[in-house]
Amino acid sequence: MKADQSLDCIGLYCPMPIVKTAEKIKQLKQGEVLEVVADDKGITQDMPAWCQATGHEFLGVEEEGREIKVYVKKT
Amino acid sequence: MAEKEKLTIAVLSGDLERALAAFMLAVTGASMGMEVSMFFTFWGLNIIKRNEGSIKSKGLMRKMLNLINRGGSRRLKLSKFNMFGLGTWVMKQLMKDTNMPSIDEFIAMAHQMGVKLIACTTTCGVMGLPPVTDTFRSEVESLAGAAYFLGEARQSKVTLFI
Repeated sequence: MKADQSLDCIGLYCPMPIVKTAEKIKQLKQGEVLEVVADDKGITQDMPAWCQATGHEFLGVEEEGREIKVYVKKT
Repeated sequence: MAEKEKLTIAVLSGDLERALAAFMLAVTGASMGMEVSMFFTFWGLNIIKRNEGSIKSKGLMRKMLNLINRGGSRRLKLSKFNMFGLGTWVMKQLMKDTNMPSIDEFIAMAHQMGVKLIACTTTCGVMGLPPVTDTFRSEVESLAGAAYFLGEARQSKVTLFI
């Protein structure tokens, strides 16, 4: 998936990827897509929950080996 | 935008792992756009005591209590397997190893994200903690009682007691 910005969360465990995502999303414009790269499995459940709470759009997950990429569209 | 949802956490325990869990939920709540208050009471007050200097309490019993129960974010212990500090030391190494923030870092992060840290005045009184800035860290923004906590809890979507 194509993204406007990427956030590296490799090596970080919950809740840090979510905390960093909340910080990073402020830098994006409405409609832009943020890619979060992580290796903690929890993010596949945490990111949809975060999106539901904040109203941003969860676009999906891509897994490549240990690397997990999740995509969020700023609303 | 609709009014922010509230998360209120009462922290009674001063155990390291409970303090960590409380702050993890607090910063996550703040990240999710919630308005977060943390209310510290009894042993939970140890988490927000200053690390430096001594606690200036009055009376022999309270002085003794604060000598053996000095507190401060860097003195918290695990509730299990502390093993005279060895277990806690190991846990802190494991946390570093997995890039988990320390309690100090969590407190700074929470403060930056607008989490309100509140010390319970009643337990301050009972345990001989002068409710002033040389007892608590600078991030602690106010002191309040049970009615304030329940007032916040009534309006909260989520209330936790840790």
